Amino acid sequence: MSDVKNILLAGVGGQGILLASEVLSEVMMMAGMDVKKNEIHGMSQRGGSVTSHVRYGEKVYSSIIPEGEVDILFSFELLEAKRYLPLLRKEGQVIVNNLKIAPPSVALGKQVYPENLADEIGKQFPATKVINGLDLALEAGNPKTVNTVLLGALSKVLDVDYQLWIDALNKMVPAKLLDINLNAFELGRNAV
Amino acid sequence: MQKVILSGNEAIARGAYEAGVLVASAYPGTPSTEILENTTQYKEIDASWAPNEKVALEVGIGACFGGARSLVTMKHVGVNVAADPLFTLSYTGVRGGLVLVVADDPELHSSQNEQDSRNYAKFAKVPMFEPADSQEALDFTKLAFDAGEKFDTPMFLRSTTRISHSKSIVTLGERRTDLPTPSLERNAAKLVMLPGNARKRHYDVEQRLIDMEEWSCTQPFNRIEKGAGKVGVITAGVAYQYVKEAMPDADVLKIGLVYPLPKQLIRDFAANYETLYVVEELDPYIEEQVRAMGINVVGKDKLPICGELTPGRVQKALFGKDVPTEDNSPELPPRPPNMCPGCPHRGVFMELNRAKAYVTGDIGCYTLGFLPPLSAMDTCVCMGASIGNATGISKVISEEEQRKVVAVIGDSTFLHTGINGLMDMVYNQSASTVIILDNRITAMTGRQENPTSGYMLNEQETYRVDMEQLCRAVGVEHVKVIDPYNIKLTRKIIREEMARPETSVIITSRPCMLVPRDNMDKRMPLYVDHDKCTGCKACLRLGCPAITWDEENKKSNIDKIICVGCKVCQQTCGFDAFIEYGE
Repeated sequence: MSDVKNILLAGVGGQGILLASEVLSEVMMMAGMDVKKNEIHGMSQRGGSVTSHVRYGEKVYSSIIPEGEVDILFSFELLEAKRYLPLLRKEGQVIVNNLKIAPPSVALGKQVYPENLADEIGKQFPATKVINGLDLALEAGNPKTVNTVLLGALSKVLDVDYQLWIDALNKMVPAKLLDINLNAFELGRNAV
Repeated sequence: MQKVILSGNEAIARGAYEAGVLVASAYPGTPSTEILENTTQYKEIDASWAPNEKVALEVGIGACFGGARSLVTMKHVGVNVAADPLFTLSYTGVRGGLVLVVADDPELHSSQNEQDSRNYAKFAKVPMFEPADSQEALDFTKLAFDAGEKFDTPMFLRSTTRISHSKSIVTLGERRTDLPTPSLERNAAKLVMLPGNARKRHYDVEQRLIDMEEWSCTQPFNRIEKGAGKVGVITAGVAYQYVKEAMPDADVLKIGLVYPLPKQLIRDFAANYETLYVVEELDPYIEEQVRAMGINVVGKDKLPICGELTPGRVQKALFGKDVPTEDNSPELPPRPPNMCPGCPHRGVFMELNRAKAYVTGDIGCYTLGFLPPLSAMDTCVCMGASIGNATGISKVISEEEQRKVVAVIGDSTFLHTGINGLMDMVYNQSASTVIILDNRITAMTGRQENPTSGYMLNEQETYRVDMEQLCRAVGVEHVKVIDPYNIKLTRKIIREEMARPETSVIITSRPCMLVPRDNMDKRMPLYVDHDKCTGCKACLRLGCPAITWDEENKKSNIDKIICVGCKVCQQTCGFDAFIEYGE
């Protein structure tokens, strides 16, 4: 199963993680690979921690990534990146959105949000890319396109034909939001 | 043939469509909900939400008796509710095929227990298929209809969270159009289960299981995959995928029909190995039956019964491999789910907390009222249990303590199985208080319509249950309808009704704020005037995700992007610091 590539998406409910993993899976299927993806619905939608596993290659069995075999941790939030860091391979890569979202205990002043997470992650995994997703999404014209910005960044480090990404976005993004999302995708892609 | 990526749930809905299903019924429940939702894209299927799983199955049985193929879906605990018709349906058998999809939730991602539904197959003598990915979910759904009609039996299709909510590539097929036209057809000996008839049918049930077991031994859904030939593994469902990851060289007997088990096939396979593993999630269901055949296996002596399996957990349990987990260290703040900003339940739980109520809770978004800072739930057992629990506990405590007991239940859960509890409460004259949080939707599972929403699954408008009249009709004299965004009123009514020495019901009337059609009034977000905020933290008792504590300035802040302007926080502030934008 050594040819199977494992991407773990992480973030907070409501950030558009599931749509991003849908696009990623579609791209890999169009590239002719076997794809499996897995996530938990339900409770986690209420602002909780959310993960989505995407695996692709010649033949994929488990939809859950074997623990410790994550190739790329693709996180939409810094604390959530830190939470899932132990699941990464030693030579793995982190692509993380430079964003802090306060969990309830921090919002209530009962706990502090850990400092310097981006630096800490970068030290442990030198290939880490930190993306200013919200700034780029605002530049694209809509703060809700952060997930597309981040997908753009991810697309740069994956070995898949560029056109497949554009085709997948064309297929999966509502027509009236397509231009703004294509713009966001490019900005993310150029940020890596 | 067209290839698409489908979740297990989408694939089951597609399988039902291709199998020629005409009727589908369900009550929502994670992880099964999306199956019925996905049947609505196929216009040939009459799909509807039932008020509970028992009704859903009874509707399916009716369609089956009429000669149509019908699909009924529910989560594992839903089968407890539907068990009554299920066990007798096993005796009547079917006319058109009936497949009951049950989605188990190992690891309790969104459930109150971890029951293993394969035991129901054995208990009710209803055969069960178990797919291992989306393609099998589609194929086995079709197979289940064919096999059920061939052997005159209802069929189970068992999924688990990781099958229902995983996506994989599926090849689509065509819908069957050669099925007989449904019609009325009397067949009392088979369909009227009086003792004289049922006694005879029981023999048919037993014979059917013997026949099916023999048939199953030669069917391709039970298959052997050759590896290095040294160790053998018997497995089924999602556990098969983990075996392929964790033990790539093993010979595998993958079982597709998990009840009745293909015993001869198992015997022949087992004879080849000195070490034979049974890898399955939850109960030692296959293992016990294999051991009863006199075959020794490695199974739950090593593998966990509690929780779901993963590739790593299998390797750890069987081979002692060191497997990493996510970072659970205490300095990383956890991120539990929370009620949404503007949720009409929030103020009610804050007031229940302040009134020091003993809250018998129920199943829904409002179960999150258990979490701090609201911390106002003391029990939660199953759908509808809150009301009976309140009645029962009130029987055994002092009068003073009785005044603290409040049952809290949502609209959908109340109509599911709570109404019976209310009848009992009035009939047997319990002095408890019931709060029905009527947000006009089944919210927790992703906002499904129900008899209080005024809409059907197909979005068509329909009759709406009048909750107040319903409570009065069962005999509750004291029914109050309140706006839960009005905190002062909510506090007053909750305290009055708790003190009342008779059964009383409070109905909150705000819709779920995630349902746009019920939230047409424009509301502006609020901000905190830091000149007025004294840092008293009274607003933090709401636990609203839009309100954050600014440690540096010792003041509260509002995230205006997620604030929906419900103004509940404004009413918790003694210093008028919460101000609406544009005011």
